[in-house]
Amino acid sequence: MWRFIGFRVLQSIPVLLVVITVTFFLVRIAPGGPFSGEKAVIPEVKAALEAQYRLNLPMFEQYTAYLGDLARGDLGPSFKYPGRSVNELIAAGFPVTAELGLYALLVAIGIGAIAGVIAALRPNTAQDYVPMSVAMIGICVPSLLMGPILILVFGIYLEWLPVSGWGDMPGDKILPAITLGSTYAAYIARLSRAGMLEVMSQDYIRTARAKGLPEWRVVTGHALRGGMIPVVAFLGPAFAGLLSGSFVVETIFQIPGLGRFYVQAAFNRDYTMILGATVFLATLIVVFNLLSDILAAWMNPRLRSQFGD
Amino acid sequence: MNTSTITDISEAEQGTSLWRDAWLRLRRNRLAVFGLAVLLVFVIIAILTPWIAPYGYAQQQLAVGATPPSAAHWLGTDIFGRDLLTQIMYGGRVSLAVGFIATAVALVIGITWGAVAGYVGGKVDAVMMRLVDILYALPFMIFIVLLMVVFGRNMLLLFLAIGAVEWLTMARIMRSQVQTLRQQEFVEAAISLGLSPATIIRRHLVPNALGPIIVYTTLTIPSVMLLEAFLSFLGLGVQPPQTSWGLLISYGAETMEEYPWLLLYPGLALILTLFSLNFLGDGLRDALDVRSAKD
Repeated sequence: MWRFIGFRVLQSIPVLLVVITVTFFLVRIAPGGPFSGEKAVIPEVKAALEAQYRLNLPMFEQYTAYLGDLARGDLGPSFKYPGRSVNELIAAGFPVTAELGLYALLVAIGIGAIAGVIAALRPNTAQDYVPMSVAMIGICVPSLLMGPILILVFGIYLEWLPVSGWGDMPGDKILPAITLGSTYAAYIARLSRAGMLEVMSQDYIRTARAKGLPEWRVVTGHALRGGMIPVVAFLGPAFAGLLSGSFVVETIFQIPGLGRFYVQAAFNRDYTMILGATVFLATLIVVFNLLSDILAAWMNPRLRSQFGD
Repeated sequence: MNTSTITDISEAEQGTSLWRDAWLRLRRNRLAVFGLAVLLVFVIIAILTPWIAPYGYAQQQLAVGATPPSAAHWLGTDIFGRDLLTQIMYGGRVSLAVGFIATAVALVIGITWGAVAGYVGGKVDAVMMRLVDILYALPFMIFIVLLMVVFGRNMLLLFLAIGAVEWLTMARIMRSQVQTLRQQEFVEAAISLGLSPATIIRRHLVPNALGPIIVYTTLTIPSVMLLEAFLSFLGLGVQPPQTSWGLLISYGAETMEEYPWLLLYPGLALILTLFSLNFLGDGLRDALDVRSAKD
């Protein structure tokens, strides 16, 4: 197990380096400097600004200096909001995005896994078809449509829930969480159904039944652990999807999270913010892929044994 | 899902080719046939739009303003008095074009990459597939946003950027196909005849791996179209004066309280297309008996 973890951790390092390098040079070769255009800047001021953002140095020195800053956890100052650092902007936005993502994940796993298991218990009956058809709808209705539809129905016509904001009114976190989580609930329902179907035909399930265990004990005590492996392996990619999905959901519901900052930074051409946020998000995604792989390996002894323990 | 294989035996006795057999099985899957029909209709409409659209693309009637569906405007008009049906038809051209072209880009890269890795094998294979592993771990959505910001929002780049991130799974599928096929006698025969590797890959390996390629292509198009809608919704994809379903949905969402039809119909067009592609993809996977192409 430790060898597997060590191997995967080592594998993540080049990934992160590639992300940082590619993002850094992409942003640097972007047309239009941060101070060009808007208004004429006095040469001395421009020079001072360029020195502050290290734009006066050769490209490669900028790169190594940035890597040095990163190693200390410093993402640099923002182009757009002078006096605020990228770290501060991320610190302001990320807790909101993380909370939204957590609720969405709970929605996705809660609804998805239950629907998938229920469907797998009686395959090819109404108990299977109904949840799986709903899942197909969940996959085909993207969040950019689901959000407005939910707002229209529950916010405007029924007036049950607030339609924007975050933590300003009771219940304003419900619609964003459902919007973000619905697609993943659908995928998890399909994955857990497939996983459960596979496990339920295994010998050890027959053994458990032969011992005379009640069916619910067979499912909860024996089948679930194996049946959920595909779901756990999906959590890493799902996490990446939730983060980028938060771009749309935070825009729809006007939530002051990292996703909305990122889109605004993209419009403002706030290059240091884009660079810093990309590195931050990429690191998170790589770490979560790692955790999800380790968890899946821990649940699946066959995968563990490939690494000799 | 599709349990009709056994009934095909009588036809197989008369010599049914793989493709005919697959077509017969696909035809029994109603949802897949429905998906195929919807797609064909949408594609034909998209091609003919400049001739059959009820109004001109840029034709505004500011005095009319936003009106609900009526006899003159089947799907209503937007706040500038533009005919929504016309907008959706032109938007569909863009959305479908992005779906097909970006998927084609992904196909070409993925098939070439996977076929070369699988055929050459050894260290080349190890390096090429390790690169795919690394790329898999990258947060691509964020990278596309980054690309659109850095290089401006133009259509060609949108095609290339989306295509360039969607090829990874295709490469993996192609590699495993080629690895299996390489062991077969007809490939050894081709090698001993002195055919070049490029010819063998083109003439013998790719045609024999068409099943999984077709299935995966059908399932890639909806994810590509979603990506386009996502970017356009954020204002980072297709730019006015051009339009796409994603862009129409984003405008519709802004005014949905007063004019819900502006959100409803572009949304329906997108959902119907995504449904059709997913049903067709699932149907093809069963019909061609391809495993592990998805999930």
